[in-house]
Amino acid sequence: MVRHRTILLAAAALGLAAAAPPAQAAGVVEYAVVDGYTIPEPLTETPGDPVMGRKWAINRKLGNCLSCHQMPIPEEQFHGETGPALYGVGDVYSEGELRLRIVDPKALNPYSMMPSFHKVAGLNRVLDGFENKPILNAQQIEDIVAYLMTLKDTSRN
Amino acid sequence: MTTANKAFGLLSAGLLGLGLLATGPANAADDGTRIDWGPYKVDEKRSGYTYAGAQTRAMQDDEFQNPAFLWLERGMDLWETADGAANTSCADCHGDAEESMAGVATRYPIYFDDWGKLMNIEQRINWCRETQMQAEPLKWESDALLGLTAFVKNQSKGMPIDVAVDGPAAPFFEQGKAFYETRRGQLDLACTHCHVDNEGNLIRAETLSQGQANGFPTYRLKWQSVGSLHRRFRGCNRNIRAQPYPYGSDEYTNLELYVTWRGNGLPVESPSVRK
Ligand code: HEC
Ligand code: HEC
Repeated sequence: MVRHRTILLAAAALGLAAAAPPAQAAGVVEYAVVDGYTIPEPLTETPGDPVMGRKWAINRKLGNCLSCHQMPIPEEQFHGETGPALYGVGDVYSEGELRLRIVDPKALNPYSMMPSFHKVAGLNRVLDGFENKPILNAQQIEDIVAYLMTLKDTSRN
Repeated sequence: MTTANKAFGLLSAGLLGLGLLATGPANAADDGTRIDWGPYKVDEKRSGYTYAGAQTRAMQDDEFQNPAFLWLERGMDLWETADGAANTSCADCHGDAEESMAGVATRYPIYFDDWGKLMNIEQRINWCRETQMQAEPLKWESDALLGLTAFVKNQSKGMPIDVAVDGPAAPFFEQGKAFYETRRGQLDLACTHCHVDNEGNLIRAETLSQGQANGFPTYRLKWQSVGSLHRRFRGCNRNIRAQPYPYGSDEYTNLELYVTWRGNGLPVESPSVRK
């Protein structure tokens, strides 16, 4: 079963306003975490495109993964080092494990520095214009997962 | 420049020479163990100076190259300029700044009884203008306020920061500390994630420093201008897509006390130069 249930902002506001704050907002797709470490089901019906995923990973306004990770992207000059290097990460983790690590790494490590790229619940004082928006949409997540799955080589060249 | 300042300048020029020999490329992340940073490193505390490239440090050290001195000179003029309904100048009350202002910047922000809250240097300058000179307060980030702040702080150059965080300042200090440790913004990061957990690490092209306050106001090459500590706070908030607070807000002044206290023992080096 493919999950593809985008919750509209209006629906969330109407349906959940009386209860606790809406768990997810516009543009956030519902997903199921299995056994606390994986999201096995893709977030969209369109398979992820690794070429686009690599672009989102570089883009400073989107993934900006390079601000924290070294990756096999030699044409970009400065790779950050606050997170682990991602060489060979597609060999270490399954697709579902990588999906959770991007959607919501804090589900695995509540102290993580890594942003939850597809989650808006619980954020504090978000800048005007970015409220209730995930950093990456569901398709961008799928694209990045597809790209990370191509990283099979643990050596740096 | 006082004799003490001159000695400090000479000392740092000497260190710079050593630093150049030891580091090679300016942006090589340095773990701080190979270089004797002199007064800029006290135990584990390191000024942003020690993370800056050699060229940036050289620019800061040379008064004639340091662009912030243009602002500072503006401040020096204003120190002598009578203003307001009382037609007085800073100098009328405080005399020679080299004497009366020496050490002042090491103590601010202070707890100010009349307000029942903290006051930083910018706020002190505007308090003097409003109550003593009966003049309009200067706008945050105006050349005039930046210049006066740089001028006043520069009179403490080389003196160790020593802000009080006990007594009536304690609850404000605690609020500043809580701010520092609270995640915020779309990227959900606290100051600690970058400036405590990752100091010395690259975040894309920038080496993260401890985020010390001892050099402010600072001339930032990226800004092409001098800016206040609160401007830097706003920038760091925006970078993680968090809604910034206003200049001079209680939130930022409390945060200023906490951040300044993290650097107790480091020398005042205003006006600094940063990338
Ligand atoms: C602000 C810093 C930061 C950003 C931005 C960031 N990460 Fe991370 N990432 C981390 C840290 C720190 C870890 C280490 C594990 C933890 O603390 O959760 C990590 C762990 C990972 C892991 C697991 C690696 C391993 O060896 O276990 C993957 C995969 C990953 N990140 C992918 C990404 C991708 C893809 C992006 C961009 C869409 C990204 N990260 C953006 C900081 C970041
Ligand atoms: C995502 C990373 C990140 C976060 C979170 C962050 N900063 Fe920064 N900060 C930087 C970078 C990068 C610089 C420029 C390089 C340096 O000096 O560290 C900087 C610089 C500074 C400086 C200037 C230091 C100097 O010597 O000129 C101060 C002060 C500062 N930050 C305070 C804070 C405070 C307070 C917070 C929280 C409200 C904060 N920062 C949150 C990345 C961050």
